[in-house]
Amino acid sequence: MSAVNAVQFEKGSTSTVEAPVREKETRGEEELDLPWQVVVHNDPVNLMTYVTMVFQRVFGYPREKAERHMLEVHHKGRSILWSGVRERAEFYVQQLHGHLLLATLEKIN
Amino acid sequence: MEICREDDALQISDLDPFLAELLRQIPLSANPDGAPAAEARLFSQPSAEKEIRAEWKSYVEPELRRLFRTASETVADDLAQLNGNEKSLSNCTLHIPIEHADAWLNTLNQARLVIATKYKFSEEELNDHNRSPIGSRRDLGLFQINFYGFLQEFILRELGGQAEGEPD
Repeated sequence: MSAVNAVQFEKGSTSTVEAPVREKETRGEEELDLPWQVVVHNDPVNLMTYVTMVFQRVFGYPREKAERHMLEVHHKGRSILWSGVRERAEFYVQQLHGHLLLATLEKIN
Repeated sequence: MEICREDDALQISDLDPFLAELLRQIPLSANPDGAPAAEARLFSQPSAEKEIRAEWKSYVEPELRRLFRTASETVADDLAQLNGNEKSLSNCTLHIPIEHADAWLNTLNQARLVIATKYKFSEEELNDHNRSPIGSRRDLGLFQINFYGFLQEFILRELGGQAEGEPD
């Protein structure tokens, strides 16, 4: 992630992605109940302030918690933002992609 | 160039032709057509699992395309205010309704990601904010990324508390 605070120039409707519609549910209940995690990966283009705002909006995290995760992504390359049932995890990943963050859904071993 | 908040709008005024052109280029720059790597970055894989990727391609990716296109069209409509005589640009003020702020943030991010991917900028280059002068199309690309980032930072600052989440 990058910050552009140092950039010097002369003087100085909330969008959401709708949940996917599935024509047919093909997964068994057991599989759906397995824990999943939402992981965000580092991207040198996305601004730190932007990533923090996205975490606040998508997960409802307070600024301090959102910043902690943002810094973890920045310094360690990835951060686990949320863990839980697959359907919810998929929804969060979808929201994060809607904000153009690199996010993945991973099964917890 | 001046940028400020005025009631329910963000205003960019006192534009010179160069920065006005960079603003006009935002929707075009956000378009990944013809650049497979940029397309892959905007629509990145959600999982290593085949089944999830297949579902995503069918159900989620079309929604994301719609979202990104709508945001870009909103920005393009706002930028229509800049159409006209270049000589009158200094008297021209671009008004961005605050309800369009999310569309601008999204489209600026699309543009920054597409440009960065097209020119394969390294993290070091992306963090070099004082690079100058502009001697090539690639240098201009880096300037665009920084200029669009500057606009994002301003919009984020003006949105301020709207992003505050619920306490843990």
